[in-house]
Amino acid sequence: MTPSSASKTTARKTATRSKAKNGVREKTAPKRSDKAGNMSVIKIEQMNKWYGDFHVLRDINLEVYEGERIVICGPSGSGKSTLIRCINRLEVHHKGCIIVNNTELTSDLKNLETIRKNVGMVFQSFNLFPHLTVLENCTLGPIWVHKMPKAEAEALAMEYLERVRIPEQAGKYPGQLSGGQQQRVAIARSLCMKPNIMLFDEPTSALDPEMIKEVLDTMIELAETGMTMLVVTHEMGFANKVADRVIFMDEGQIVEQNEPEAFFNNPQSDRTKLFLSQILGH
Amino acid sequence: MAPQRSQSARGYVATVSLPALPPPIGTSGLTGWMRQNLFYNLTNSLMTIFTVVLIWLLFSSASGWFVFDAVMQAGSKQECLKIDSGACWAVIGKRIEQFMFGFYPEAERWRPLVCFLLLFVAIGPLLLPSFPARRQMLWFSAFYPVLTGVLLLGGAFGMPPVKTALFGGFMLTLIVGVTGIAASLPLGILLALGRQSKLLAVRTLSVMFIEFMRGVPLITLLFVASTMLNYFLPPGTHFDLLLRVLIMVTFFSAAYIAEVIRGGLQAIPAGQYEAAQAIGLNYWQTTRLVTLPQALKISIPGIVNTFIGLYKDTTLVIVIGLLDPLGIGRAALADANWNGLSNEIYLFVALFFFVSCFAMSRYSLWLEKRLATEHR
Ligand SMILES: Nc1ncnc2c1ncn2[C@@H]1O[C@H](COP(=O)(O)OP(=O)(O)OP(=O)(O)O)[C@@H](O)[C@H]1O
Ligand SMILES: [Mg+2]
Repeated sequence: MTPSSASKTTARKTATRSKAKNGVREKTAPKRSDKAGNMSVIKIEQMNKWYGDFHVLRDINLEVYEGERIVICGPSGSGKSTLIRCINRLEVHHKGCIIVNNTELTSDLKNLETIRKNVGMVFQSFNLFPHLTVLENCTLGPIWVHKMPKAEAEALAMEYLERVRIPEQAGKYPGQLSGGQQQRVAIARSLCMKPNIMLFDEPTSALDPEMIKEVLDTMIELAETGMTMLVVTHEMGFANKVADRVIFMDEGQIVEQNEPEAFFNNPQSDRTKLFLSQILGH
Repeated sequence: MAPQRSQSARGYVATVSLPALPPPIGTSGLTGWMRQNLFYNLTNSLMTIFTVVLIWLLFSSASGWFVFDAVMQAGSKQECLKIDSGACWAVIGKRIEQFMFGFYPEAERWRPLVCFLLLFVAIGPLLLPSFPARRQMLWFSAFYPVLTGVLLLGGAFGMPPVKTALFGGFMLTLIVGVTGIAASLPLGILLALGRQSKLLAVRTLSVMFIEFMRGVPLITLLFVASTMLNYFLPPGTHFDLLLRVLIMVTFFSAAYIAEVIRGGLQAIPAGQYEAAQAIGLNYWQTTRLVTLPQALKISIPGIVNTFIGLYKDTTLVIVIGLLDPLGIGRAALADANWNGLSNEIYLFVALFFFVSCFAMSRYSLWLEKRLATEHR
């Protein structure tokens, strides 16, 4: 349960378990073998949050190192979304501290601005701006936040749209795209801000099965570039393939965290076992 | 009844791919359209015929009075009656200048006329995104209120000053209507944002303003403008009546606009704010670039509805002695020569308002269509 357990992560390229559901393609992002000496980019200490009287996050401790890929899972209502939304302060925490890129999250707007510039977020419901074209969705941040000239921003946006393999949709409006395409635009839009951390909140839950793969592929490719990623998902195939660490949450607590192999094959807590048996249908 | 046979009989595999054929005759083109829209079935056909007959009857019975039996030129109502039995439009011809300019001095009437023509140059770039040289022309739009003020009031560049009390007719309607519309939209937006502000003081002030303005009839506000305001102003200050009316009309309509826009803002999903924040936009950027454009788009019908209401409500200024078209009409009716021609005069004024309001309504439909980007 301590953050240091992650630093013992070893290469697991040979993971051979067959739980990869949903046809995640046979492509494995190289796992990070050694975190020692790596920079910690997110540090959460004794963090608590309430919704009114409801204690939604309880004593969260979590340290994420640069380039780490973390998958967060847990039953509905366990606080997964709330946790990652605290990291870019879409939700405000009440106790403890959150440090992102060596900047503490406080009500100080300057700090918040720096952090949001460097933390991208992808939502379950895409949240593209429907009144702007795909290209304009992507250039909005660079132009207004990074004060980038329009032409440069457009070149950048096209570069990322190519990365997520939909440059031909640049002139369309989000309403004209399929769900999977919209989610890939959302990923490109975040990447255009050149963040060093990406947060994903159930990016594939609103998608039809045949579109899940294209989004997961995009995320795997992103993982290959060494991006630090925190992904809330129930795609256990993805977790198994890409994650350095899997975190299991229940009732506002981090109940268990481990590297995927150990997490799936040898869960320690009863709650984890129950959850895994339900989600993997065994 | 062999089960194996029936199973294979249900199976099917296409062996050729079918070519695309043109649609059957009568489903596309003009005949197709008429069939779809006018003669789809028996009820539909009967309704079409009934409507055509009805329109024909209305048209044929009204056209006599309106056009064929109407008198365009005459010196008085009596002369009209002698010439023909229809409408006596001559009264309008006699009074047209007053209808247009009120009592604006005759020699200076080119000034409001220039303002009127320039109005189209000023609103063109605001309303039409494809207006030539739009960027530069917007500067003219911004400068237009000052220009109009100088031209209409005079007292500069060798133009003799004209008192606002002499303003009247359609010119007055346009001044009050256009100023009210142009000023109440930004004010309404600010009030709508203020009402949703996290700052308690801003929120309270916005709510108070909106609720007060909406809770009081416009006529009352106009009376306040014409009389009571004097008590609040330091003695001896001159505060033009027309200016007071402009302010009151703007405030009144801004309160309504604010509520319409607030409705639009509430329809924007929280995810839009979150996505904008997540890419680092601040409050004003989020509002200006993400939420407000969407909210305004949803609110177009309500906004235009409010504007049309405001435009027609400008006729209320008659109660505080300003001579709007209805006031001019009344003056015309009081003329012994033209006594009793209220049909002609009120129809003429109605036509003016109808044309203006219908144009606004069509523009709003066009704008809605142009901004439609949801294709689901
Ligand atoms: N704005 C809010 N006000 C009050 N309670 C909330 C609010 N948002 C979430 N909650 C509650 O907090 C708990 C945690 O919510 P959260 O969205 O973080 O769960 P989750 O783990 O992401 O669940 P899911 O898998 O369904 O997305 C839930 O019980 C939810 O009902
Ligand atoms: Mg959630």
